[in-house]
Amino acid sequence: MTFRKYLVLAGVAFFAATGDGFIAHGMKQVGNVSLHHLADIFLVVLNPVIALGVLFLLVFFACYMTALSWADLTYVLPATSVSYVVLTLIAKFALHENVSLTRWLGILMISAGVGFVTQGPAFTPPKEKSGDLVAASVSARMEP
Amino acid sequence: MKSLYAWSAIVVIVLTSTAGDVLLSRGMKQVGDVGELTRRIGVLAVLARVLKNPNFLLGVLAMATAFYSLLFGLSWGDLSLVVPASTSLTFITNAVAARIFLHERVDQRRWIAALLVAGGVVLLAA
Repeated sequence: MTFRKYLVLAGVAFFAATGDGFIAHGMKQVGNVSLHHLADIFLVVLNPVIALGVLFLLVFFACYMTALSWADLTYVLPATSVSYVVLTLIAKFALHENVSLTRWLGILMISAGVGFVTQGPAFTPPKEKSGDLVAASVSARMEP
Repeated sequence: MKSLYAWSAIVVIVLTSTAGDVLLSRGMKQVGDVGELTRRIGVLAVLARVLKNPNFLLGVLAMATAFYSLLFGLSWGDLSLVVPASTSLTFITNAVAARIFLHERVDQRRWIAALLVAGGVVLLAA
């Protein structure tokens, strides 16, 4: 794992949390979308805050796909769950929501999980003759 | 009865988003290290390679299904049940699916991490 790769993982967490935050904030500005005017759901992107949220989620998806190109799914998912912690901190300090003791406990558990998984290897090297489609494409990126 | 609907939506969300994550992961492993490929063949060529990968496309389709199931789930059940239940269960099903379908070595460390995160997500919603 290089510094750049940790940056990509941080990007996954950061853009997921802020993207969701922007969309939540924008949807509150827009108000309820009626089931009878479902087409309105396509118009919500005209709201600048929601548009920004969509842009951030696109960056999130690009970072997520990049991470999956060199790390295991069972590494990337727990490692990037930092986003829940970031989202709670945004709720607390930017949106001034009340964060209860159970939530802080939840943050602690997630952080512990992140700590656990990032101590270990990020990638399972493919077996020599597994006949897996994956084997051919990964030989070039074996690194500690 | 309503909670039965909510829980069946949760099951569908968990299954489709797990399928999506596994397919996306498999697709991106087939594409190869994006950073390295970009230096070799350029961003556009990498993008084309990703968009032409069948596993990637199926993964996106599964994710879209998961998203719409979530919308349905939210209309049947409470936000505070559907979102944390489906997110935290997905961490656990992903660990199982990654081991079976992606042959990842899900050791004790990764199991503990998945369970801690799943539990933490539930507490965040409590």
